[in-house]
Amino acid sequence: MALIGWQTIGYPSIDESRTLVTALIDGGFDLIELGVPFSDPQADGTTIQRASFEALRQGATLGAALDTVRTLRAEGVVAPLILMSYYNPILSRGLARFAADACAAGVDGVIVPDLPAEESDDLIAAVEPVGIDVIFLVAPTTPDARLRAIAARARGFLYCVSLTGVTGARQSLPDDLPTYLARVRAFTDVPLAVGFGVSSPEHVASLRGVADAAIIASAIIDRMDRADPIDRAGPLRAFARELRVAADCP
Amino acid sequence: MSTTTVTTGTARPGRFGPYGGQFVPETLMPALSELIEAYDVARQDPVFATTYDALARDFIGRPTPLYHAAKMTAQVGGAQIYFKREDLAHTGAHKINNALGQGLLAQRMGKRRIIAETGAGQHGVATATTCAMLGLDCIVYMGEEDIRRQAPNVFRMKLLGAEVRPVTSGSRTLKDAINEAIRDWVTNVNDTFYIIGSVVGPHPYPTMVRDFQSVIGRETRAQSIAQVGKLPDAVIACVGGGSNAMGIFHPFHDDLSVRLIGVEAGGDGVATGRHAAPLSAGRPGVLHGALSYLMQDEDGQVVETHSVSAGLDYPGVGPEHAWYKDSARATYVAVDDVGAMAGFELLCRTEGIIPALETAHAIAYAAEYAATRASSECIVVNCSGRGDKDLSTVATRLGVTL
Repeated sequence: MALIGWQTIGYPSIDESRTLVTALIDGGFDLIELGVPFSDPQADGTTIQRASFEALRQGATLGAALDTVRTLRAEGVVAPLILMSYYNPILSRGLARFAADACAAGVDGVIVPDLPAEESDDLIAAVEPVGIDVIFLVAPTTPDARLRAIAARARGFLYCVSLTGVTGARQSLPDDLPTYLARVRAFTDVPLAVGFGVSSPEHVASLRGVADAAIIASAIIDRMDRADPIDRAGPLRAFARELRVAADCP
Repeated sequence: MSTTTVTTGTARPGRFGPYGGQFVPETLMPALSELIEAYDVARQDPVFATTYDALARDFIGRPTPLYHAAKMTAQVGGAQIYFKREDLAHTGAHKINNALGQGLLAQRMGKRRIIAETGAGQHGVATATTCAMLGLDCIVYMGEEDIRRQAPNVFRMKLLGAEVRPVTSGSRTLKDAINEAIRDWVTNVNDTFYIIGSVVGPHPYPTMVRDFQSVIGRETRAQSIAQVGKLPDAVIACVGGGSNAMGIFHPFHDDLSVRLIGVEAGGDGVATGRHAAPLSAGRPGVLHGALSYLMQDEDGQVVETHSVSAGLDYPGVGPEHAWYKDSARATYVAVDDVGAMAGFELLCRTEGIIPALETAHAIAYAAEYAATRASSECIVVNCSGRGDKDLSTVATRLGVTL
C-alpha cells in the first residue's frame, strides 16, 4: 500500500517545510501533498488551520509552493508531488498561468477541496493538456450517482474522505470504512487513497487490503509540533518508517 | 409567499451571469442537492406559502410600513425620502424574513438541529427567535470580536435558548463565523440545517434567501403605487452580504425607471484599503461557496475588512449583486464610518428613528443623493434594522460613557 504524506508550505518556515518533504520521502512516503496556505480553510480542522495561518505569516502562498516544487526537483526528488490548494489562490493567479507555472515547476497533480466535479471543467481544461491531474474527492455522503460521475473524471487516484467532517487526527477510523470503500471501488479502477483522520500505524495497517493508499496529514503536523524545533526531520523520518512498516507488513 | 418570475441573466441554476456556483467540499454536495429539491417542492406548495404568510403577518408583523420622512426631506432638500420600515419587523431587522422561511423549510425536512452564523447578531437573534418559536435546537457561531461589540444581541440569543459559540480563528468576525459554521455543517451534515443569513454561500442559498427577502420589495412596490401614486425613482439599501438590498431590489429588477443603489461600508475610506466594499474595490474570487466580488490580495488571500458596523464587516458579497453591478442594473457606492455616523445622527434627530449602523450607511448616501434630485422624485431607503444593538459602539465613538 502506498503512503501519501503532507507538508503545509511555510510551516514552520518555507525552507524547513521543503527539507521536511525530503525527510518524509526518505522515511518511506511515496507521494507528498503540499498544502498551499489559505486565509479561509473551510475543510480543515484546527491543526491544519493553525499551520496555514502561521505559514501565511511567513509569507507562504501559491508562489512559494511552486518554488518549493521547483527546488525539490532540482535537488533530485522524483516522488510525485501534488499541490493541495483551495480554489481562490489558483483562480487569482489565472488558470492558464497556474497550469504553465505548475508544469514548469514539476507538479504532478492538484487537489482542490472546495472544487466539486460540477465546477471543475475550467481547471481540468487548463491543466490536463500540460499533464497535471486534477484529483477528486469523494465522501461517505456521496451517493452512487455522484460516485459514477466523479469516477468518470478521476485521474491519478481518488481521494476518499474517510468520514463526514474536517481534517484532523482521530482516535479511530469509522467502522463502516471497508463497506464505503467497496462501494467506491465498484465505480472505478483508479487507486483509492483514504484520508482525513488517518493518524497512526494502526490506522494504516487497518487500511491494508481495503485501500490502495493512506493519506497522513494532520498527524504529521502534530508530530512536528511535539518535536524539538532544532530537529523536526528526525522524528518525522522515524514516524514515516513506522507507517511504512504498517503499510507493508502483513 | 408568492414568487416573482424575473429574469436575472441566469444561464443555469445558481448562476447570476458568471457568478454564484457551488464551491464547497464534496461532503456537502449531496446536502445541497437535497436542499435544492426540498426548497423547489416547498416553494410550489400552497400550504408552505400559507404557513409562511400567516406567520409573516402574525409573528413578524408584516407588512412593514412605508414611511414618508417629511422632516428629513425638508432638512436635506430635494427628492422625497421614504423609509421601508424593516426596523419594525419582529427582532428589529429584516433578517427574520429569511430565518423564518428557512426555519420552516428545516422543520419540513425533519432537520431539528439548526446552525447559523452572525455578524452584528441580528441574523443570530432572528434564527434563535425562529427556533424558539418552532421548537428547534439552535447553535450560533459568532466571531469573538463581534461578541465584544454586539453584547446585547449575544444576551438576547441566549435568552431565546440558543447556544452562542465564539469563533477565535482568523479575523474573528463574520467571515470566520461562516467558516466555522461550514465546518460544523460538514461534520454534522446528516441531521443539521444551516440557515445562512445573507444572499451568499453556495447555490441554492443566494436564490433562496433572496426569495424570502423579496417580500420587502414586493410590499414596497405596492405601497409606493398606493401611497405615492407611482413607482419610486430610486431605491437605496446598504450592502454587506446584501440580503436587505437584494430583497428590496429584486422585485424592481424589470422596472428600469427605478434606480437601484447599493451602499457598501467604506470603513476608514476606500482609498485607505481599510474598508468592506468588495463591489467598489474588490475583484472576482471564490469564498464561502460562490464566485463573486471579493476583497483579496494579489495572491488570492482574503483580506481583513474594516467597518464600524459588524453586519457589513464582510469581504465578500452576494453573487447576484456582482451580476447587478456588471450588468449595470444597480450602482454601488461606499460610505465611510464617519459618513455612517452622520447618517445615524441625522435620522435620530430628524425622524425619531434610531437606525442600525448598517442602515446608517444607506441613510447617509440617501441624504446626499436626495439633495441632488428634484422634489418631485421619490426615493425609498430600506431602513433594514433598528440601532439598539449599536448604542455602546455609538457612545464610544461619541466619547460618552454609558
